[in-house]
Parts: sequence; C-alpha cells; structure tokens
Amino acid sequence: MNEIPGDLKFLKSHEWARIEDDGSVTIGISEFAQSQLGDLVYVEVPHEGDTLQAGHSCAVVESVKAASDVYSPISGTVLRSNAALSDRPEAINEDPYGDGWIFVLKPSDLAEMDELLSPDDYAELVESAS
Amino acid sequence: MVDFGGWDMPLVYTSQLDEHHAVRRAAGMFDVSHMCVVDLHGADCRGLLRLILANDIDKLKRRGKALYSCMLDQRGGVIDDLIVYFLADDHFRAVVNAGTRDKDLAWIESHASDLGVRVEARDDLAIIACQGPQARAQVAQAIGAPAALDLARFEAASFGAYFLARTGYTGEDGFEVVLPNSDAVALWEALRQRGVVPAGLGARDTLRLEAGLNLYGQDMDETTTPFESGLAWTVAMEPAARDFIGRAALQAQRASGVPRQMIALVLEDKGVLRHAQVVHTAHGSGEICSGGFAPTLERSIALARVPSGALDAVEVDIRGRMAAARVVNLPFVRDGRARI
Repeated sequence: MNEIPGDLKFLKSHEWARIEDDGSVTIGISEFAQSQLGDLVYVEVPHEGDTLQAGHSCAVVESVKAASDVYSPISGTVLRSNAALSDRPEAINEDPYGDGWIFVLKPSDLAEMDELLSPDDYAELVESAS
Repeated sequence: MVDFGGWDMPLVYTSQLDEHHAVRRAAGMFDVSHMCVVDLHGADCRGLLRLILANDIDKLKRRGKALYSCMLDQRGGVIDDLIVYFLADDHFRAVVNAGTRDKDLAWIESHASDLGVRVEARDDLAIIACQGPQARAQVAQAIGAPAALDLARFEAASFGAYFLARTGYTGEDGFEVVLPNSDAVALWEALRQRGVVPAGLGARDTLRLEAGLNLYGQDMDETTTPFESGLAWTVAMEPAARDFIGRAALQAQRASGVPRQMIALVLEDKGVLRHAQVVHTAHGSGEICSGGFAPTLERSIALARVPSGALDAVEVDIRGRMAAARVVNLPFVRDGRARI
C-alpha cells in the first residue's frame, strides 16, 4: 500500500475522496478494497441529482465473489457518475484511483473532508487489517 | 484462503476470471484433495450400492465406468452426491464431498457391515482435477501415459500410481487424477510448468454453475429430494424391484405431486444473482440456491428452487429492485460454448 496518492482522503470502509480544482469531490474505492473484492463484474452507480448523506450507502460494487455497498465519504449532490463502469467494471480493478472513479459530488459541507482519514492513517488501518 | 469443509483452500490464485477462462479455453487445474476417496471392498459391493444409491449401480457393466448418484435417507433427503467407479466385482471406489465426509462414512458403514463390505477412507490419496480442452493431453504427457487418451467419457483406469478418471465438475473435458499424497506436488509442478493454470474454489464455482452442476449444501441437502433439486435424471426408479433407501419417500412424493422444482435462470437486467435472493414466479415465490456472474456468458445466471409449474420468466428481488430473469434449459455452457 505504498502508492496511495497524497491528495486522497479515506473512509474506514475503504472509499476515497478527492477535492478537485472546481470544488467538486470525486469518490471511488481503494486499491485495498478492489484487491479484496477480486474481479469486479457489476457496478451500480448513484444517479445524477441524488442527494447523498455522509456514511450512507449510495452505490454497489459486485465482484465474482460478493456484492459490497459503497458509502459516501461526505454529503452532497451527485454531479455525475462514471457511466463507463457499466461496460468496464474492471476499470476499478485496474485503476481504482483514476479511471475507476465512481461518482462526483457537489459537497454540501466541505468541512466533512476533515473527518476522513489521511493516506498515512488509512495505510496503517489497512496494514493492521491484513 | 478460505475454510472449506475443514480444509484451507485458495479461493483464487491470481484472477478468478483468468482462471475460469483458462479452463474454458485451454487447461486449468484444481487441488481437490479435500474430497474423500472411499474404497469399498467385498463380494457384495453391488448389493450395498443397490441399497444406498438412488441411481442404479447395475448401469455400470464395464470395469472403469463411473456413475453419478445421490445417496438418500429414508425421507428421500439427499445425504450427499457422489461419483462411484466400478473397478472390480469386489472393489468399487466412491468420491464424496469433504463437508459430508464423516456422516457419509458413518452412513455407508452402517449398511456395509451387514453385507460384509469393508469401507476404507483413502486419506493417503490426493486428487488433482485438470480440466479444459487441452487438459487430457497435458496430463497424458505429464505422466507419460499416451494410452490415457483412449479413456471414454465417464471412464477411469490406473496408469502406474495414477488413477485417471475422465470426469469433472466444470462442463469441460479433462481428467481427475487420484494419486498418492507424496506424488501430488510433483504432478502439480509438472502440469504448471507445462502451462496448466492453477485455479481456485472461486473459478470452480463459476465453472460448475455454468455447467449446470449442483453444489451439495447449496443446491440440495437433507431437506430436499432429488426431484426438487433438478436431479430426477440421476434417480433410477426402474427396475421397480430395486428397493433403495429413500425409494418409498420418492414414490410418495411423486404420487402426491412434487411441490418444488429447480429452474435455471439468466438475468436479463444488469446485476448479479446471488444465493438467498427471493424469486417471484406465477406460481409463488422461491429462492436462488446458487447464483453468480457467468464469465463465459458475461451475465448473471442462477439455479433457483421455486414452486412447481411451467415458467418462462420470473422476477428476482436484488436488494429491493425487481430484476427480470429468463428461465432456460441446462447447461448454460458446455465444452467452451454458450448453450442458452
């Protein structure tokens, strides 16, 4: 777990969030999460305009092994979701912090980002879990 | 690694999808040494098997031939499913599931002693299942036994220390190789060096589901009869004089109408069918026994137990969303090709 980009923040349940230049927040699942799930075969993304609450389930990722809920790290309104995942769910396996992004939020309270784990704290959490 | 019937088993070696495709397209291998080889010795082996198997052992006329069967209790519930090989008039070999091993051995022994049949659990033997279009050639070359290629489907023979059976659990051709524990690592390594891909329990599950093959404990158990489990084809009600254990219960169930049936589903919508999801049909609701993503078909498939009655389509409750599924005939996939 030595390649976590420094601009990411994490939820304990293995979602990441990144503040973009325009103030929106991109959300996905971590390298550790995808490695634990194995080959992904289906992703259910939130709809544009959905209002999400921090810590609530908002998407589902399904691998050959199991279905797993994705929780929103922060509250806000969905600006767009990654439609390409419908045909290429494996993008999450291949590039969880890049092409494998799941949705973008307009945050309702950016201060919620401060509640999330830093890359180092998250790396430590994963270390102790594995 | 996961616990499977008391054994530590790899769910996946590298990628479950890659392992699955390797078996459909070339050759993969599974360490299935957790399965229990049970040798039966004695003059009245056939008498024992006529009694405890729902399928008819007398279908095996030639040495080496194999039969798939359920072993039933008095209520017609499935104690286990197994394969039995006819090796000699006084020697048959069964291969049973790991999770049911102890109850199977106790059950078989309780009926064997009266007939003078000795039951021997062969813990000294390992099993490597090599499966796929190239699997037989790979095994034959690895062990230097070209004559193995002459084995017919569902036939077995010994080649030195190796007992080769042209059987499997993937819907592909291949061999299940039963061999001494001490030789297992060497054969595994030899096959791996030849390019045979190690495959884990995950791929084994998607392959057997695509092939439409039941998994004990998930698709049938002691609370279901073979008729409710898509296994009527493995029950030999003829000859009528063969009074196997469970026969009376099955006859009674058939006479009063079998209440439930196993159906095969293909999900029309996006998503993945999973065990225990509720299935709504025109005749009432049931549930998914085995479900998952079918890598060969690139869509989700399932086996579901639902109330009896003709059906073309059903709806499955996937986390609160009603998804449309089509009822199809098994298998979903055979010999590398989609059949739906």
